[in-house]
Amino acid sequence: MTLWLLSLIIFFGAQILPGNVGRAILGPLADQAVVDNLNHELGTDRPLIEQYTDWLSGLFRGDMGDSLVYGRPVSSLLVDALGKSLKLAAVAFVIVVPLAILGGVIAALRRDTAVDRVITLGGLSLTVVPEFVTGIILILVFGLWLDVLPVSANAPPGSDPLTQLKYLILPALTLVILLFGYIARITRAGTIESLDSDYARTAFLKGLPRRTVVRRHVLRNSLLPTIAVIATQTGYLIGGLVVIETLFNYPGMGRLIFTAAQQKDFPLLEASVLVVGMVFLIATLLADIAYSLLNPRIRYAATE
Amino acid sequence: MTTMLEDPGAPIAIPSRPDEASIARRERVRLLMRSPTFIIGNVIAGIWVLCAIFGPLIAPHDPELPDVLNKLAGLSGEHIFGTDRLGRDVLSRVIVGARTILVIAPIATLLGTVLGTTIGLVTGYYRGFLDEAIMRVVDAVLAVPVIILALLAVVALGPSHLTLILVIGFVFTPIIARTVRAAVLGEGQLAYVEAARLRNERGPYVMFAEILPNVMGPIVVEFTVRLGYAIFTVATLAFLGFGADPSTPDWGQDIYQNYTFISGGVWWAVLFPSLAIATLIIGINLIADAVAATFER
Repeated sequence: MTLWLLSLIIFFGAQILPGNVGRAILGPLADQAVVDNLNHELGTDRPLIEQYTDWLSGLFRGDMGDSLVYGRPVSSLLVDALGKSLKLAAVAFVIVVPLAILGGVIAALRRDTAVDRVITLGGLSLTVVPEFVTGIILILVFGLWLDVLPVSANAPPGSDPLTQLKYLILPALTLVILLFGYIARITRAGTIESLDSDYARTAFLKGLPRRTVVRRHVLRNSLLPTIAVIATQTGYLIGGLVVIETLFNYPGMGRLIFTAAQQKDFPLLEASVLVVGMVFLIATLLADIAYSLLNPRIRYAATE
Repeated sequence: MTTMLEDPGAPIAIPSRPDEASIARRERVRLLMRSPTFIIGNVIAGIWVLCAIFGPLIAPHDPELPDVLNKLAGLSGEHIFGTDRLGRDVLSRVIVGARTILVIAPIATLLGTVLGTTIGLVTGYYRGFLDEAIMRVVDAVLAVPVIILALLAVVALGPSHLTLILVIGFVFTPIIARTVRAAVLGEGQLAYVEAARLRNERGPYVMFAEILPNVMGPIVVEFTVRLGYAIFTVATLAFLGFGADPSTPDWGQDIYQNYTFISGGVWWAVLFPSLAIATLIIGINLIADAVAATFER
């Protein structure tokens, strides 16, 4: 339902983009008759409703049309770009998730101390700074001054996985900085809530050592909201990818959307924004499932 | 107090429980004044506001004057932060550059807050089909990252100050509407709303004169948080090449224009505008954090 509404908004929203598609491809000097001809060939001169139903039925068949600029099927462009973006995001997630959870738990256990303030305010400050700013500072420090990491995200073709990984470190690190604050913050809030709960107090009063209480009782409950947050950050993550991929010249989803918007490549733009929305909704759904699998209260409630 | 209640639908604004409300507000202000986070945030943001207002008077050089003989010159006594690709003084551009962003972001945030609050109040108060329909649309819109929505809109309408304000305002509207709606739903069950309904007050009066003052807390918090995001978005769009005006100093745009020279070792033309953006946003967010903390008490 949400997805269908999204498709509607994207499709008709994209039509607001002024400019004649044929004109955009052929340039301002082309003959009007040639432009009309191309528009007819592309089908961009048909009524909107007809174009929409056509597009939608194409989507169900997995056919998203051809990119106007690249002249290739949109689906193949998308698959390439999505794979590249997922690779980058995966590297970032592998670093940020354990780091942020650790940071959040430490902050919660040392609540209201200097350590807590440094982690929460520092994390917050890093998170709110635009990714191109952190990216540039990372490039200056590691790429220019220390000269230890490559500035571009693209490894030379045919290089081994380890070299490829090295080229992904800077863009991934930029994402890590973007996401760390949020995840740490939620982890901290969740941990504090369960530390203050009755069952944690009971466990403490039973005489269990602090380590055991934290590990067995507190963490299990506090990590749940964290999972939900990580999923809601997917949208934020993709937004961040637009900028980071442009900055590091990395051919993923983000840069594809940016190029498509700049070139008014409607089929590519519509499909890629829809895919972004889809990824977001799927991530939210997966988080719901993971949440209920990990939380016995919801799991048992569902089976009864 | 009176300014908060002003509304065309409510000619006679009767402040509800004036004593309690004003005491609570004074207490919050007192707490804010003692919060170090709030003070530091205000000092940082205040410096940039001063730069935005008095920029041309403070700046050592004309920020828009190119000097072709001194392109990309390093740090020196004459140009403390060096010069950019056209030989313009980086320090002066950083100082005057505060103006663009500090005009666009607050107006856009205000627009989004006013629209979002209105939608949130109406949907949260009346509920029903309209609420359901609007919230579905909001859900769909929120599935697309803000920066992509803004990017699409700026491409469609062409970059200008007005476009940026409208785009960011409209993109923030559903987000703020959702927050306000949630707050209104919580208030809707309370006795004072019920009482107003039983007095046969008109819908707009109940919404704006009765409920609005009581949900001001979340709205103020949301406004300060969104202001940080607005600055974030304006800077990012400028960095992507959608700045409002290529000649006026603008941090994001200056970074975009000088970014390619990094590989040649020219770091000053991008580092200083970057630090400017970072400090301003951190300042605003420290304020937002402190404001949120006092309202959560």
